[in-house]
Amino acid sequence: MARGRIRARLRRSHLYTFSCLRPSAAEEGPHSIEGPGYSRIVHCNQPLMHNKKPFKYRSNYISTTKYNFVTFLPKALYEQFHRVANLYFLGTAIISVTPLSPFSAVSMIAPLAFVVGLSMAKEALEDWRRFMQDMKVNTRKVKVHKEDGIFGNKTWQKVQVGDVVKVEKDQFFPADLLLLSSSYEDGICYVETMNLDGETNLKVKRALEVTLSLDEDEAFKNFTGTITCEDPNPSLYTFVGNFEYDRQVYALDPSQILLRDSKLRNTTFVYGIAIFAGHDSKVMQNATKSPSKRSRIERKMDYIIYVLFSLLLMISLISSIGFAVKTKFYMPDWWYLQPQHTDDYYNPEKPVLSGVSHLVTALVLYGYLIPISLYVSIEVVKVLQASFINQDIQMYDEETGNPAQARTSNLNEELGQVDTILSDKTGTLTCNQMDFLKCSIAGTAYGVCSSEVELAAAQQMAIDLEDQDAERSTGSRQKGKQQEIELETVVTSRDEKDHKSPIKGFSFEDSRIMKGNWLREPNADVIMLFFRILAICHTAIPELNEETGSYTYEAESPDEGAFLVAAREFGFEFFKRTQSGVFVRERYSVAGQPIDREFKILNMLEFTSKRKRMTVIVRDEDGQILLLCKGADSIIFDRLSKNGRLYEEDTNKHLNEYGEAGLRTLALAYRKLEESEYSAWNNEFQKAKTSIGADRETLLENVAEMMERDLILIGATAVEDKLQKGVPQCIDKLAQAGLKIWVLTGDKMETAINIGYACSLLRQGMKQICITANSSDAKETLSLFVTVQVVKENILMQITNASQMIKLENDPHAAFALIIDGKTLAYALEDDMKQQFLGLAVDCASVICCRVSPKQKALVTRLVKEGTGKTTLAIGDGANDVGMIQEADIGVGISGVEGMQAVMASDFSVAQFRFLERLLVVHGHWCYKRIAQMVCYFFYKNIAFGLTLFYFEAFTGFSGQSVYDDWYMLLFNVVLTSLPVISLGVFEQDVSSEVCLQFPALYQQGPRNLFFDWYRILGWMGNGLYSSLIIFFLNIIIFYDQAFRSGGQTADMAALGTTMFTCIIWALNCQIALTMSHFTWIQHLFIWGSIGTWYLFLFVYGMLSPTISGNAYQILVEALAPAPIYWSATLLVTVACNLPYMAHICFQRCFHPMDHHIIQEIKYYKKDVEDQRMWSRERSKARQKTKIGFTARVDAKIRQLRGKLQRKHTSLEMHSPVTPS
Amino acid sequence: MTNTDRERHRERETAFYLFTQQRLPACKPVLTPAWVITIFLFTGFIFIPVGLVTLRASRSVVEIVERYDTECVPEPFRIDKVSYVQDDSIPKNCSLSLKVRKYMKAPIYIYYQLDNYYQNHRRYVKSRSDRQLLHGWKYHATSSCQPVEFNNNQPIVPCGLIAWSLFNDTFTFIRERAELKVNRKNIAWKSDRDHKFGKTVYPFNFQNGTLIGGGKLNPRIPLSDQEDLIVWMRTSALPSFRKLYGRIEEDLDADDVVVVHLMNNYNTYGFGGKKKLVLSTSSWLGGKNDFLGLACVFVGSSSVILAIVFMLLHLKSRR
Repeated sequence: MARGRIRARLRRSHLYTFSCLRPSAAEEGPHSIEGPGYSRIVHCNQPLMHNKKPFKYRSNYISTTKYNFVTFLPKALYEQFHRVANLYFLGTAIISVTPLSPFSAVSMIAPLAFVVGLSMAKEALEDWRRFMQDMKVNTRKVKVHKEDGIFGNKTWQKVQVGDVVKVEKDQFFPADLLLLSSSYEDGICYVETMNLDGETNLKVKRALEVTLSLDEDEAFKNFTGTITCEDPNPSLYTFVGNFEYDRQVYALDPSQILLRDSKLRNTTFVYGIAIFAGHDSKVMQNATKSPSKRSRIERKMDYIIYVLFSLLLMISLISSIGFAVKTKFYMPDWWYLQPQHTDDYYNPEKPVLSGVSHLVTALVLYGYLIPISLYVSIEVVKVLQASFINQDIQMYDEETGNPAQARTSNLNEELGQVDTILSDKTGTLTCNQMDFLKCSIAGTAYGVCSSEVELAAAQQMAIDLEDQDAERSTGSRQKGKQQEIELETVVTSRDEKDHKSPIKGFSFEDSRIMKGNWLREPNADVIMLFFRILAICHTAIPELNEETGSYTYEAESPDEGAFLVAAREFGFEFFKRTQSGVFVRERYSVAGQPIDREFKILNMLEFTSKRKRMTVIVRDEDGQILLLCKGADSIIFDRLSKNGRLYEEDTNKHLNEYGEAGLRTLALAYRKLEESEYSAWNNEFQKAKTSIGADRETLLENVAEMMERDLILIGATAVEDKLQKGVPQCIDKLAQAGLKIWVLTGDKMETAINIGYACSLLRQGMKQICITANSSDAKETLSLFVTVQVVKENILMQITNASQMIKLENDPHAAFALIIDGKTLAYALEDDMKQQFLGLAVDCASVICCRVSPKQKALVTRLVKEGTGKTTLAIGDGANDVGMIQEADIGVGISGVEGMQAVMASDFSVAQFRFLERLLVVHGHWCYKRIAQMVCYFFYKNIAFGLTLFYFEAFTGFSGQSVYDDWYMLLFNVVLTSLPVISLGVFEQDVSSEVCLQFPALYQQGPRNLFFDWYRILGWMGNGLYSSLIIFFLNIIIFYDQAFRSGGQTADMAALGTTMFTCIIWALNCQIALTMSHFTWIQHLFIWGSIGTWYLFLFVYGMLSPTISGNAYQILVEALAPAPIYWSATLLVTVACNLPYMAHICFQRCFHPMDHHIIQEIKYYKKDVEDQRMWSRERSKARQKTKIGFTARVDAKIRQLRGKLQRKHTSLEMHSPVTPS
Repeated sequence: MTNTDRERHRERETAFYLFTQQRLPACKPVLTPAWVITIFLFTGFIFIPVGLVTLRASRSVVEIVERYDTECVPEPFRIDKVSYVQDDSIPKNCSLSLKVRKYMKAPIYIYYQLDNYYQNHRRYVKSRSDRQLLHGWKYHATSSCQPVEFNNNQPIVPCGLIAWSLFNDTFTFIRERAELKVNRKNIAWKSDRDHKFGKTVYPFNFQNGTLIGGGKLNPRIPLSDQEDLIVWMRTSALPSFRKLYGRIEEDLDADDVVVVHLMNNYNTYGFGGKKKLVLSTSSWLGGKNDFLGLACVFVGSSSVILAIVFMLLHLKSRR
């Protein structure tokens, strides 16, 4: 039985299938529990004992909040001032209350308070949400034993260790419980652990036999007992403890433990004793903080901040040295400053002291170089961007009702820089839904539906034919492109058809055996046996759907579910399971009436990945003992009896066909047993079962092996692991966007390769490089002698050979695929080999790793992340992907059917794989550009502004006087320039989302980091420098000393400062308008509104009492507005600041256009509507050269055909040199 | 299409939906060659005329600048000008004669210009109390006025270094024996007179200390009428500045000779500052400053050049 999922952590022996193998607890004896780590003692049904030490344990109240009411302020403040920039601003705020400050205290403290306050408010809001969530959990009700056998409702948080708890169907367990009894006589119950490990299948828990009698409320009247067990720990799958009851000690193991946050299913009620409550429970112990990730841009931003800090330090030093010199040599002469009245800041006698104190002043003064509002603006922008991602209707999955979700907003822009996608297969690329598609019974193949791979192949063939036509008629590439579009439509229409598939897990169509027609087939008895195996040989549990009256199945794996559904559809409905038997309703029997049959289950030999088969031994109603077996074909074929090989040849042929069609296959076989033979074997088996010791498992295996032989082959099944909707198209687009896609799967190699074909990650003509550890000969004979060293050398050789081959390849279109399995990967990931492995993998167009463990997934992710230094994205859905999701730069969880584990660990969650395309190509692209431009602009604006302060210093004897009013400066970052830049960060679109999707190659601007490389950053800084020079010196010269009004008044500092500031506001806002390429009314409002706000502020400020506004009193109304020079200076400076940038972008756009420039222009001229031809030509041109995806398939085919055609032509010419053309 | 469908459709078209889907109608300007050339040419055609007009305005201004700080120190004292200017016993009278080169239309503004005078020094700028100027000595929180806050334990009104260092040279103008009428009213901003300097605030205890800085004030005139002080208190942005002294409200003809009698009281010798007297007419744009016009012409012409270069490049390598 092929399993898509890794369940390595789960010890299957504790599940149902092994229940009949498990020796009873009484035989095992109590664990010897002593020493540290096993100190917990729980007095059952005596919770009062736990009110005082040493038995006082944590309450069941849980809190996942970071703060509480008392600690919020200090803790949140500490968090805030953990950031270097904030610390710096705190320093400046403290200095601002001393006379050293060049500004008034409020103008320094207010922005800081605003910024910190905003961040803290966000923290508080998030924490409040967490608190509300906790409260919701804490106030859930559960029935708890009060006294005298009466149970009453209690909130979860009141549940104490030692309480007897009654949990009813579909309720969650409030704490880690010891299962005492259940509504079933034998004390089993079914548990869904989706919240713990993401597995949807049910697990069986089983109570100790001694407590089975405690199955009603009254029984707990006088119940007491003592549990001694391990201390709280995070291991979900282990538990060691003893239960003392009735003066006897019984051993406890994990199968009696019901874990908090798992759910009771299919069982009316259970009784349990709380052992671990609240944060002591295993699931809470397991909660790990997901690592905090920072985006590349943010990390680079730190460097820019360092650069700015050094610039700040430099100009501060220049200022303070200048000040010291001035103070020492010139100030004594400046009588108007009364230099004889010295203080620490102006002391001509001690210029060094003055210089040092001035250094502090200067650091504050030039603080505008460090954008205080940068962090908070980015935070605001990212939250808004994230909400756009959440709101995107095109990433909303209507089936499950899940929207895409940005769970952390600080990685938005990283989405635009992804280079490698590491994808899980099951549940991510595929639905983890198996469809029973075909079967082969008694050498006859049934099932007429085609698999996706077959369909894709058929389409391919059709296209190839058309291509040949096209080659002949037009010979243009054009046609190919159009076909690609047609191909897409074909595929989508097929998807819609799939959608209508009526029965989940069953796509079988064949009238020969449907609706009871099999009775008329020649081998009806074999067919019946085939269906019976399907209906009996499994571990599933039936569940009656009361609405429809039909049964659904809780199966351990989706294949099993598909078999049961198939059996049901064929008329063999499995409807009841007891500990000892399986009940099947046979609708079409020879008698013509439905018959309920019971099959007694004598033994069940469960599936393991090693055994690759599953066997049940049943006794049917006639007393006949049958061994029914299903398993991997190779395993079954090895164990056939001589007369059981009747259908082997045909079945094998069919199996091969199914394999090629990308289906999962299993072979079915049976064997009739004699009573004596069985009982002899059973004795042996029971002996093995009850044996104790390390070799018990091997012993059991050997005994099982003895029975599973001389089988008679009946047939084979083929199920399709359905690809998720739109996966091939999505992979194609992502490939065109230049992304590399690695598939990491727990599946076996053949399945992985099949899926690879189905997703077009692999194609015919691609050279497959398979790297495996065990070459066949080594396995057989040398296994004992093959040391690790030899294996490693072997692998290394394979890797180097493959690399060599790739290097020597001349054909530029040749594509390679690397396929490696988990065992080999374990060696390849070792330090001495991983570089070679990575080098090879990077050269290959697609990489598929199969049979990898969750740990290896994470290791591979780390290798790619650290080895290539590029951004990695991991996408997965199950608990086994958590490591990979946390390790990658970006983790994406699929919020589909599986549990929430992956989603909880992820940074983004989408409902289906295909939404990844939009998430990356649209949102990622936008967010990257937005944040990059925004950060660049931020630095630009603060440099442009901050440096004017510095220049002015030179004119004030470096005294630390600023030319602007304190209020202007305060408003600069917080109000006047923040909204436009936020609108840039939130709303900017270089091209619309449709165009992003049509031109996936645009995405490459992100991974190539075209918008945030040092060249660009320095360019922006240079632009800032230029602007500051222009703003400052033009204003200085214009307002130099002569009158600026017709009334003869000269400009004072206030007038000059205000004019200069007006110029800054204009220049910066026009600059951002030039930067943007997308103006909705919001941008217009913010940009022009900011300028308007400045004038409004100036007007209002001027209207305030002069004791507040000082020299700015009525400055606009009285002094500046009537002065033409004020307006013309504004105009001149604004234009002069932006002219070079404008020229730069014009020339760049026209002579070295980037991709988006061209598209914008085409769109602008509406060429896409008028000139379809040009549009599609541009589209194909703008595609990333790719070697995977079905576009690449088409291209490869075209090349191949063209080659053929050419050859034909040349040969024709050779034969008849005069060809009419 | 059923009704509900249509409703849903309409709902989808609502502004909020468009907003959340980031599909708000937007204008997406693209800098196509045509636009670029138009914009550059347009900029040029705006700036060149504006520049020429401003240049013309600036050229229409007639300005006479006369430096007098050295000449007004009598020859014997020129070795130690500081002690000369600080010695109250020596008369500071001085006469200059200015020749008017061009017709100057009234009003002719009289400025004094100080160079190398750091009125923008932080210690200086901060040393004032706007509230005291408005409310008088009743306002006590004048610590910002350090070190000119108290004298003989009594508050100084107006306090602070700026007021203390008030410029105190005086000028009278004589043309052909007749004194030119100099209007010294309305030289300060009206808002300053009305709202920033108290109408009931009289200079008190001003320049009474041992250290006397600049000019004295008539204690009987309220601060709101002390326009020299008001002008002086508007600190300049640069270490070289002009401040309005008054207006001559008669036209001066070309070749007129104006004799200036001045009192050379103010000490700029200590720090090597220059003192200049400036007579200037004004245009609608203000005083004489060719820079604005030239800069406009420069920007305008460079954008025209850009437009031409761009056009040529575009014609040469058309995409």
